[in-house]
Amino acid sequence: MDARIKLIDIAAFLDRLDRHDQADDYRVHALREAISLLGGDGPGRAAEILDALSDQSEAPIEAATIQGAFGAPNPDSK
Amino acid sequence: MRYIEPHAHMVSRTTDDYLSLACAGCKVVNEPAFWAGFDRASAQGFYDYFRQITEYEPKRAAKFCIDHYTWLCINPKEAEDPGLAREVMALIPEFLERPNVLGIGEIGLNKNSRNELAILEEHIQIAADYDQLILVHTPHLEDKLKGTKLIVDALRNHPKIDPARVIIDHVEEHTAPLVLDKGFWAGMTLYPESKVTPNRAIDMLEIYGHERIWMNSACDWGVSDPLSVPKAALEMRRRGYDDAFIDKIVYQNPAQFMGQSPRFKPV
Ligand SMILES: [Zn+2]
Repeated sequence: MDARIKLIDIAAFLDRLDRHDQADDYRVHALREAISLLGGDGPGRAAEILDALSDQSEAPIEAATIQGAFGAPNPDSK
Repeated sequence: MRYIEPHAHMVSRTTDDYLSLACAGCKVVNEPAFWAGFDRASAQGFYDYFRQITEYEPKRAAKFCIDHYTWLCINPKEAEDPGLAREVMALIPEFLERPNVLGIGEIGLNKNSRNELAILEEHIQIAADYDQLILVHTPHLEDKLKGTKLIVDALRNHPKIDPARVIIDHVEEHTAPLVLDKGFWAGMTLYPESKVTPNRAIDMLEIYGHERIWMNSACDWGVSDPLSVPKAALEMRRRGYDDAFIDKIVYQNPAQFMGQSPRFKPV
């Protein structure tokens, strides 16, 4: 069961963040919220999690000051 | 097994990769113009890049009996400077005459900025003026959903753009229906660390259907696997799909989309 090792890897990742005092990051908060969606009945859990980790604003931003992305919308950039 | 690699940046791959592709059954590679991993300093840099993908790369592919097609644009990562972007766009018409050019791409958005959107709209106009196919890049991670919506709107707002002649690439589960429901083609990119895995791509075929959709490796200078399409084909076989279904996904669908250009020659 391939999903088993992936699930344990996520658990170990969260433990690691705690151990290194990195859990208070907006991306970790977004990840924890997204993880809660795994408990839903489906179908469409993958799309729900992707939506939860997406910028939901609609207007173009004024200017691109960086080129990369981080995995979750930064609440401070609103 | 025959297949088409419909999105590969071969300029950043080795000649050994061409050998691997050929041995895996690849007959055609499709190379959209993209970011080189750094911002080019001038339009002259793009001129040479366009020469590379229209002159040199087809010859390198031909040594491995692979047909090479390409697409032209300034990619969205370098579109934040509209002055440079317009200089590069002015080079495009002369290269549209080259025999391996299928259209305009990969255009789109990266951070969903006003300048990126303006340059996207100008590229769409070039495609309309020269009756070209369009290949679209959608943004990464948290920016993908918003960017896909803006891109779909920009394309639908142009009266001369037929969605059947546009592929919107790098879809995931939350954006595939936005693209397919509006009549566009959708591309699924198989990446080891982001975008989709082979299993998720096959899931999307099961959920959203197998028309107007292709899968690609988008192999480039980053962490990527030029053999991800044949590996996904193996995964399809493991799930019980037959050779005819696999051939439709990995050969016939991309051939159908690319074949809308008279330049494309089926193998
Ligand atoms: Zn690409």
